Amino acid sequence: MRKTNLAMAFSDEQAMILDSAKAFCSDKSTIAAVRNLLDSETGFNPQVWQEMVALGWTGIAIPEEYGGLNLGVGALVPLVETMGRHLLGTPLISSALTAQAILRSGTESQRAAWLPALADGAAGALALLDNVDWGGDFSGCTVSGSGDNLTLTGRKLMVADGAVSDLFVVSASHAGQPVLVLVEAKQLPAGALESKTLIDETKRACNVDFSGVTVTSSALLTPSASTLHELRLIGALLTAAEATGTAAAALDLIVSYLTTRVQFGRLIGSYQALKHPTVEILLQMDAARSLIYHAATLIGDCPIDSNTEIACRMAKAQATEALLFAGDRAVQFHGGMGFTYDCDAQLYIRRAQWAQHQYGDAQHHRRKLADLLLD
Amino acid sequence: MTIANAPKELPEHAEFRKEIAAWLRANTPANPGFLLPQTFMEVGSDQVLDFLREWQFKVWSAGYLGMAWPKQYGGQGAAPIYQSIVDQEMKRLRVPICFNVIGLGWAGPLILDIGSDMEKEKYLKGILNADDIWAQGFSEPNHGSDLGSIQTRAERDGDDYVINGSKIWTTMGNYAKYMILLARTDPQAERRYNGLSFFLAPMKTAGITTQPIKKLTGEYGFTETFFTDARIPANCIMGDEGQGWRIAMKTLQYERGAEAGAAGGISILSIAMNDLLNMAQDIERDGQPLLKDPITRDNLVKFLIEEQALYLAEQRGAIPALTRDYPNSIALSGKLRGTEFFRRMRQYALTLQGANGALYVGDSEATDGGFWQRAYLNNFSTTIGGGTSQVQANIIGEHVLGLPKD
Repeated sequence: MRKTNLAMAFSDEQAMILDSAKAFCSDKSTIAAVRNLLDSETGFNPQVWQEMVALGWTGIAIPEEYGGLNLGVGALVPLVETMGRHLLGTPLISSALTAQAILRSGTESQRAAWLPALADGAAGALALLDNVDWGGDFSGCTVSGSGDNLTLTGRKLMVADGAVSDLFVVSASHAGQPVLVLVEAKQLPAGALESKTLIDETKRACNVDFSGVTVTSSALLTPSASTLHELRLIGALLTAAEATGTAAAALDLIVSYLTTRVQFGRLIGSYQALKHPTVEILLQMDAARSLIYHAATLIGDCPIDSNTEIACRMAKAQATEALLFAGDRAVQFHGGMGFTYDCDAQLYIRRAQWAQHQYGDAQHHRRKLADLLLD
Repeated sequence: MTIANAPKELPEHAEFRKEIAAWLRANTPANPGFLLPQTFMEVGSDQVLDFLREWQFKVWSAGYLGMAWPKQYGGQGAAPIYQSIVDQEMKRLRVPICFNVIGLGWAGPLILDIGSDMEKEKYLKGILNADDIWAQGFSEPNHGSDLGSIQTRAERDGDDYVINGSKIWTTMGNYAKYMILLARTDPQAERRYNGLSFFLAPMKTAGITTQPIKKLTGEYGFTETFFTDARIPANCIMGDEGQGWRIAMKTLQYERGAEAGAAGGISILSIAMNDLLNMAQDIERDGQPLLKDPITRDNLVKFLIEEQALYLAEQRGAIPALTRDYPNSIALSGKLRGTEFFRRMRQYALTLQGANGALYVGDSEATDGGFWQRAYLNNFSTTIGGGTSQVQANIIGEHVLGLPKD
């Protein structure tokens, strides 16, 4: 019988980040600001991004010797949750994951070359996805050649924030071994980026064709057998944190409509047919929040153990299911208004579709959890 | 840094834990040949009563019940932690329950807290050694769990109170010697809660009759209790007239364990996901354990995630920064989350049994003796009693989310 780990800790630093993130996001990422960015090219306001850099947020999980705050991935969770609550679009998650890739598998000179830049606001992107379901460890991208004459072939799917990234970490296979390759944006041939039309207009992603890019051996990270696995789990946790925040925002929107909209002579929130599912959204969001902060407690710089893996997967499965439910009901409960583009419910139901597929959907994680918990 | 983890156990406590575990292993009675009650609301026959009475007496005689209560009243005068360790080991080893729950967890601690020396002398030992069974008389027909609407009257007449009315869902009402009774002494009170008083009522009193209620499980465990000009001594009152509501609320605090004043002993046999996983491992389907079936696995993992979130909620509830937007959410939703989880989980257990899911307690081939069947049906006492899930959802909607009343 597995012994259940129920650790939950929240440091003063995390509490401070949570407080300042709440103040910052509610000021900088009002719904009007979010809507202004929907049809922008990059999806974020560079001035807001620079302010986040100045607050040190891009370096939260980067060690001090590389210009970061050295607070660990767990300290990103309250920030990302709050960004999700305000739909604040920036390359923060992508860049943080890129930093983790370099931190966990880079040589000293690779770390020194890139971590300070990322802490200082350079944008990075993970290019990991070869197929649509996040399954398998096989990479469709290959590196051929040897020594300092290496050439990439292949394409990566749905690279979040790829179009604004200065740096890509590309999963590939080299001589039959999995590798991670650092590719700078300036190395990409013309036409390599193919921007995708996403259901979530607050997010940006593109397919990236790395074919023909040549690199030297200094661009190869040295991942351990578990590095890719760890990056996916951290990606799942950060997506879960963001989705939990967005579920809470959808809940807030529903509550505000239910307490102001009158139909048949009564506030519609007085009807149990609306009240009870709204309570269910609260409970699902609460469950997600407990799970993300449990995962945030366990996750450290060291290799991810099975309890941490369980925590990250549970958090992802729960948070994105909660958001799917909240977004769906947010549209329905707004009645005719909910069917319009002007109603903010559309922002949440669209984000739900994005979030569920980042770093594996709920069923993917439950399948992995079954192996961890039932065998 | 807020860390909500248990500190490491002291050596003397660890030693005691070994002692009680060994005692429980050596003294837990053999399978009695009938399905043991999972809660104290399932004591439906003399056979079950005799078995549980003997077990509780044995635990008490060995010094493992009421450990934190004073020696002169049958306790051990020990630190509450020792009783908590006993309770934890009882839970872990799944020994039979200590069934006199209303006495051990409600009436006893109340008497210790605010009772006179005479009352302590009269009642406490009988609670511990299971001589005196206690019942609870709060709920009334047609009022569900809305205690403010209690209609049962208690009128002072000389040295007596005269009781008229009826109570429902009286646990072990037909076996009980005493009842903690909430009745209305002042029907004119401006605030209806202020008209209530709290009594330790002797059940063997002319004018008190009980009628056993057959539950949906087919078993007994509760009665309806009728009062017709029943005269109980005036000194049965706890506190003063009009304090009944406040005292009733006080009794709810004790049952949280020995640290809160309860005598101890487990009041339910807990069922957790591990029990369901064990069942799924034991059931064979298509030549392999059901635990290998992909659809079953997905469903079980969903329940495991839900169970983990339930346990974690308490931890997060202790960290104010992480509950700030809906501060009462975790506290007010605990009952709804827990009881509904168990309802669905137990229902699913029956689904997994295939054709055997249609068997019931008493059938020789019923899975685990029909344990899950009975546990599922009995679980409705928790999703209905103490405020139905639907009322709970209203309370959360209105008090946590600020939605309008219906």
